[in-house]
Amino acid sequence: MSQQLAPTKTGVLYRRFSGRFIRTTVTAGGKRKDSIVMPWLFLAIPLALLITFTYIPVGNMIWYSFTSWDGLDQNKEVVGFDNFVKIFTKPEYWQVFAVSLYYFAASFLQMGLALYFATILSFKTRFRSLFKGILFFPYLINAVAIAFIFLFFFRPGGTLDAVLSFVGLGDFSTQWLGNPDVVNYSLAGVAIWRYIGLNFVLFLGAIQSIPGELYEAADLDGANKWHQFRYIIAPGIQRIISLSFILAIAGSLSAFELPYIITGGANGSETFVIQTIQTAFVYRKVGLASAMAVILLIIVLIVTWIQRTVVPDEKVSLAS
Amino acid sequence: MIRHLAVTGKYTSLVIGSLVALVPIVVILFASLKTNTEYATTGPLVPPENWLNFANFVTAFVNGRMMLGFVNTTVIAVVSVTGTILIGTMAAYVLDRFEFRFKKLVFALFLVATLVPAVTTQVATYQVVNFFHLVNTHGAAIILFMGTDILSIYIFIQFMQSIPKSLDEAAMLDGASRLGIYWRIILPLLGPAIATVVIIKGIAIYNEFYIPYLYMPAQDLAVISTSLFRFQGPYGAQWEVIAAGIMIVILPTLVLFLFLQRFIYNGVTAGATK
Repeated sequence: MSQQLAPTKTGVLYRRFSGRFIRTTVTAGGKRKDSIVMPWLFLAIPLALLITFTYIPVGNMIWYSFTSWDGLDQNKEVVGFDNFVKIFTKPEYWQVFAVSLYYFAASFLQMGLALYFATILSFKTRFRSLFKGILFFPYLINAVAIAFIFLFFFRPGGTLDAVLSFVGLGDFSTQWLGNPDVVNYSLAGVAIWRYIGLNFVLFLGAIQSIPGELYEAADLDGANKWHQFRYIIAPGIQRIISLSFILAIAGSLSAFELPYIITGGANGSETFVIQTIQTAFVYRKVGLASAMAVILLIIVLIVTWIQRTVVPDEKVSLAS
Repeated sequence: MIRHLAVTGKYTSLVIGSLVALVPIVVILFASLKTNTEYATTGPLVPPENWLNFANFVTAFVNGRMMLGFVNTTVIAVVSVTGTILIGTMAAYVLDRFEFRFKKLVFALFLVATLVPAVTTQVATYQVVNFFHLVNTHGAAIILFMGTDILSIYIFIQFMQSIPKSLDEAAMLDGASRLGIYWRIILPLLGPAIATVVIIKGIAIYNEFYIPYLYMPAQDLAVISTSLFRFQGPYGAQWEVIAAGIMIVILPTLVLFLFLQRFIYNGVTAGATK
């Protein structure tokens, strides 16, 4: 059947290529059929993996969320919206979202600090690359290593207590990870320590891609450093700030790794993702956990959608 | 005068920022070089007596079976990075250079997938990995690192747009096949993009904790992250050994960072802004 269809299809296909190319297809007739199959040969493995490990899990997850499945049973009993109703009506399930607020607030502090350091390092500075390297390096460290570094940092008599008593503030010591009033501040602080380097390097890169003549012109016009920041740097890095903002929201909603390793979610530090994972793999309520994951997925999609509408992407382009 | 103050303020803030970044790590280095009694009797900020006391490093490396962790991590990283490069460049080649039906749909499939945070779907992904009987094999981590990396496809597409199409066409005139063009022209020219992907992917795999923790609980399959994680139980009271373990994990990253700084900055920027 393809005998008849192929010439017309390939005709459309090849008209899109340049004139020189069409001539080769006329002579090398055998290649025409190839070109219809060829893209799919190249795409077979990538598409199979994409569908198997992204779309099937998402689809299954939505399906599980309407069942009371325990993850083992042959039969999955459909329970309608019961799981969702349970999550929204039982405070213990949705309260954990409050913990995200600590991380969310922290990410603003993190962006502010990153912007500050990026700005001052974009001007002439001694030991510039040394400072840049030091501020960035924590971002590269293994998650478990960071978690252990801060277990040591916050433990009674640990680094933080020692530093505090060294500067004469020893009275402020508390159970940094054991006190439910403090633990989320401690953990949000670790998140800042870990991720600030990424923000900082992104901001610095964006600032440095601003043409140098702009500063020179501003200098001639008598602009001071603040004016330069306000009218040259700030507009120049708008896109990267909006992107960081979205990463901050998504990141604080799905905060997981560090609190999971450091406290295991104890003392009021349980995040929504920790709760989801525990519900699925410890309490074996896969249906309920799937409903939680679906809710998180929907929130993240909405947030991303808002960001894309508010700040449209200038067609995937990198300033490099 | 004001200018002078501003300069002082600038350097003071930089030094404070650097201290905050460094002190938590430096105290770990101190602790890792102390003997058990020394650790118990001195504060965290006190430097070790003997800077060459590597006993804890030996204990951590040998008893903590960290060699196994390095081997497993390397195996997983090499296979999945190679796979990612082949898969990613192939997909990018087709999406950038071919015109075919449903191209827009395929593009959309890859695009939408970037929005799905992997951690949310773990609940269901586990069932899929289990279905293929990959739980507790290297395969679980390898296939997940390979199959869920859409970011690298983006990096490849972006870079490929800067390779002139006339190169392909010239090769085609000379009778090269599509596969030949991919293998002999596109792949070599993608070198810098491949280097970027190797770096960000390598770092991500080395640092990943949850996938190996969830999918490869067997002792013999410990990667570097999970082997360090297991220090918690047996060495709970021996912080000097845990500290040595932490330093062993950080050291390769530090060496790599010192040698490849520029590439790492570029790679990380490309990775985050996709």
